[in-house]
Amino acid sequence: MTLPDDARLSASYLAPGSSSFADFLAAEAPDLLPARRGLPPGSAADLAPHGTTIVAATFGQPGSGGVVMAGDRRATMGNVIAQRDIQKVFPADEYSCVGIAGTAGLAVEMVRLFQTELEHYEKIEGTTLSIDGKANRLSALIRANLGMAMQGLAVVPLFAGYDHDADQGRIFSYDVTGGRYEETAFHSVGSGSMFARGSLKKLYRDNLSADECVTAVIQALYDAADDDSATGGPDLARRIFPVVHVISDDGQRRMPDTDVAAIADRVVAGRMQHPDGPTASLEG
Amino acid sequence: MTMPFYVSPEQLMKDRADFARKGIGRGRGVVAVQYGDGIVLVSENPRSLHKISEIYDRVAFAAVGRYNEFENLRIAGVRLADMRGYAYDRRDVTGRGLANAYAQTLGTIFSSGGEKPYEVEIFVAEVGDVAGADELYRITYDGQMVDEHGFAAMGGDAESVSTYLREHWTEAGSLTDALRLAVAALGHGPDGDRHIPAHDLEVAALDRTRTQPRKFRRLTARTLRDVLGPDAESPSDAVPDDDSSAAGGGEASHQPQVPDDPADPTDTASSVPPLEDPVTGEPPERREPTRPDDSPDDSPVAPPLDRGDPTS
Repeated sequence: MTLPDDARLSASYLAPGSSSFADFLAAEAPDLLPARRGLPPGSAADLAPHGTTIVAATFGQPGSGGVVMAGDRRATMGNVIAQRDIQKVFPADEYSCVGIAGTAGLAVEMVRLFQTELEHYEKIEGTTLSIDGKANRLSALIRANLGMAMQGLAVVPLFAGYDHDADQGRIFSYDVTGGRYEETAFHSVGSGSMFARGSLKKLYRDNLSADECVTAVIQALYDAADDDSATGGPDLARRIFPVVHVISDDGQRRMPDTDVAAIADRVVAGRMQHPDGPTASLEG
Repeated sequence: MTMPFYVSPEQLMKDRADFARKGIGRGRGVVAVQYGDGIVLVSENPRSLHKISEIYDRVAFAAVGRYNEFENLRIAGVRLADMRGYAYDRRDVTGRGLANAYAQTLGTIFSSGGEKPYEVEIFVAEVGDVAGADELYRITYDGQMVDEHGFAAMGGDAESVSTYLREHWTEAGSLTDALRLAVAALGHGPDGDRHIPAHDLEVAALDRTRTQPRKFRRLTARTLRDVLGPDAESPSDAVPDDDSSAAGGGEASHQPQVPDDPADPTDTASSVPPLEDPVTGEPPERREPTRPDDSPDDSPVAPPLDRGDPTS
């Protein structure tokens, strides 16, 4: 690590450069970059805990809507539950958040780098990046991790934010090569994602309110936990519930645990009557 | 044939200090005032090039002097803070560490013979959990670090502004009081008080009551108008009228009743220094009266400052 031991600002800090913190880090302290670690050959997939399912969905009409992102709380290592209350959805900045699936340790570090990257740009340039700019920066960070992804340490985030130009919430998904895909309405990543996506397909409407949208994503996470052993459902005994972030014109906030608990309790109560959850109509 | 001649170290340092001081005093000042919920930084700066900026969660930066030099220091500070926060933890970034880095850097540059000394003076402010934990440092061009309490002023006519602050500052005031005090202090000069309109101010606060981890927020012109009252927008010619009638003629009646034009270094309305060019730090050139056939090419990029014009 090359933090200046002298109290003086070293020349590289005063040198002109880009507004990207990741670029500065690559030049100044490359060993701090999450993706710059050489691994011995072989698969490292079973070495570290994995995060599982993340769900995001947009709500409301343009101008008054936003986007909701939620993640379950389980991290697994093979057949073992490594952690019951891991946090996998993080604020990226005031108007966006990022949820992570894949190798938890690397992903959390990448989120920290991404948060610093956005804040750094904002402070240096005096303006925030556009939402597409943010999505592209995340893309670059994931692409740098491709080598490790090929050895089983993949990180696959889901990015959601409020776009002030389009006045609506937007969702971006990624693949391990850094490919960036914009999703309409809703999306899910992680091991339980196909079940969550199937569930949301039947539950999602265009004109959901924020609270209804939170209910829909919690239903989707319940369905994912129902069929995927690596996804954790609401833990009623320990009172551990999904982490939910709501982003609107006013910025992003984490929904208080008591509010999520109330919605999760209603969802679980409903499942007591109908274990497969709400039914969609056959026609239209 | 030229002879090498001896310059005493005292004289050398004095020359360098005079040089730096002259550059810093040329522009307008920045004031920092501590209030109950944090620290407010106020500068008379109608341009979009900021003198006051965010460094980290609880740390803010303000500077006067040559823009390119303090901008360089600001970016270095942001890099240092972000690097520290990323390598360790967000709580490990402190205003004192940053102020120290600035002081060491400026001190080295000042005393090394090769480089020109930086013509800057810097505030580093950090807001704590309680008012007693707030910190405010002033770092001068030669690397001196002054631990200020309650209030501080730099640049412009810092002496008289500081005196005004010392006489009027009260502990644990409201943001409104602190802001009014700061604006009044900035307008205070040896030959009377000026009224600074809200849209000429750059104001930011480190507000410990903010729920987000980042405590820095800029106060928009609209907020300022709400706080400072609508009179901030009224034409400034009302004030000199009152003054001249109260003074009962004398020298005041000889003063032309023109508003202070910040773009004009030669105006005699006040002794307030002109607004400097943000990039070069130089006062603006006196513009020739424009002829009709003048092409706009030779005019400066920024439109002429005619804010003081009561008709506009």
